[in-house]
Amino acid sequence: MRSEPVVQVQALVKRYGTKTAVDGLDLVAQAGVTAVLGPNGAGKTTTVETCEGYRRPDSGTVRVLGLDPVRQSRELRPRIGVMLQSGGVYSGARADEMLRHVAKLHAHPLDVDALIERLGLGSCGRTGYRRLSGGQQQRLALAMAVVGRPELVFLDEPTAGLDPQARRATWDLVRDLRADGVSVILTTHYMEEAEQLADDVAIIDAGRVIAQGSPEELCRGGAENTLRFTGRPGLDIGSLLKALPADCTAAELTPGAYRVAGKVDPQLLATVTSWCAQHGVMPDRISVERHTLEDVFLELTGKELRS
Amino acid sequence: MTTATGPATGTYAPKPGAAPLPRMIAAQAVLETKMLLRNGEQLLLTVVIPTLLLVLFSSVDIVDTGAGKSVDFLTPGILALAVMSTAFTGQAIATGFERRYGVLKRLASSPLPRWGLMTAKTASVLVTEVLQVILLTAIAFSLGWSPHGGPLAVLLLLVLGTAAFSGLGLLMAGTLRAEATLAAANLVFLLLLVGGGVIVPLDKFPAGARGVLELLPVSALSDGLRAVLQHGAAMPWGDCGILAVWAVVGLAAAGKFFRWE
Repeated sequence: MRSEPVVQVQALVKRYGTKTAVDGLDLVAQAGVTAVLGPNGAGKTTTVETCEGYRRPDSGTVRVLGLDPVRQSRELRPRIGVMLQSGGVYSGARADEMLRHVAKLHAHPLDVDALIERLGLGSCGRTGYRRLSGGQQQRLALAMAVVGRPELVFLDEPTAGLDPQARRATWDLVRDLRADGVSVILTTHYMEEAEQLADDVAIIDAGRVIAQGSPEELCRGGAENTLRFTGRPGLDIGSLLKALPADCTAAELTPGAYRVAGKVDPQLLATVTSWCAQHGVMPDRISVERHTLEDVFLELTGKELRS
Repeated sequence: MTTATGPATGTYAPKPGAAPLPRMIAAQAVLETKMLLRNGEQLLLTVVIPTLLLVLFSSVDIVDTGAGKSVDFLTPGILALAVMSTAFTGQAIATGFERRYGVLKRLASSPLPRWGLMTAKTASVLVTEVLQVILLTAIAFSLGWSPHGGPLAVLLLLVLGTAAFSGLGLLMAGTLRAEATLAAANLVFLLLLVGGGVIVPLDKFPAGARGVLELLPVSALSDGLRAVLQHGAAMPWGDCGILAVWAVVGLAAAGKFFRWE
């Protein structure tokens, strides 16, 4: 069941002075989890903040849940949850106090105590915001984004700088949100995060979307994947090629080390192993190398992502 | 993974909605007031300094306050100072740092409308002022204060003064950096304390300077309160007029130039 997109951005342009942050960006996000991936300065935050109604587009249109985030902000705001990259809490407030306050601004908020427990913030309930660790501050901001039971949550780099344990807690919550029917738009510069969480990934560079699709689609669409195995030297490559699909290549790289390149899927693996069985070859050290989003990104932009 | 658009029944299943507007504004006003009362620096400004000045200058004859008991001269000035400390200095500093720490930005994407946030801020300022007036008048009475005049004129002056100082405070908080606001708001507080007829009568200043100083909002407020409370005047329209002009100009400028982040 696919309903209307939760976010539709068309030809968005946003400039700050002479610097163009977003340069004709198109993005359609369906229900589910969409990761907006890109290096620092690619325009991720500007795009998300335009969707949240913080910035007025210089040109182009933005619709969130079918609404204009600037002109229909009053209608939209109760339906979205926002996690800013940092801050958002009174410096004199205690952790639980701010969360309870945001809950009071909504008609049907989540149980605040349960949410505090869920995010491991129970120990710092009475601690002042300024004395929370960076990870605790981020989890509090996440809690503030979801406490109003929104339909759509925007998370701007929700795990930047978190330790692995806190990152898992955040990922688990995102998965639970998704399972309960909440859509999530998250920006990240962590490949792994996008691969783990997202139904759909939009890669942004220099203010434009340069590729979009499911993590699998993006990985498949990039460079060829490869299957390697070792066997006895001098196998009949011609015979192997005949067994393989037409768009595959095969080669003996060094004596006894073989590489098959092409669309690597379970069928291909079965084809190779059954060919080996027919020819009495024991394929030692058979391995499959699939491209990660990181490879795809490097290929598309020639840039290091995690810098 | 399971499908994203199954039946929405879990803990986090969407059920969005804004709380009723009066409840949002009340919650916001309570939180703002709590933040203010919890802040030590703010209490120094809004409670400790006015109280100390009232007690000190009433009991020790440092400044010549003219004929009559000095507490009768000082109390209206200290009430004006209290309004300024809360509506201008305190509000400017608090709002400046809320802007800096992204609180205003975060609240802007909550269901609470911006005017609702401003209403709550005003309510929090008024609650603080009521507490200040109760405390300061109690101290003044214990020092032998004998006020005259009608409460209606006093109330109007306090409300106009609050509007004027809020406009100027928010203008500062919404345009300057938080640190600059902190410094400037404290400096202005100090200058107006000395030059605004709060504890030093304006007739101690040279005639030229006096003409300018009389137009300051704190001078108009302390002069108006003094006319009513010390001399039993009915309604000091001139001072009300000055405050009204400051209120209109300040609030309009704040509305136009305030930046939320």
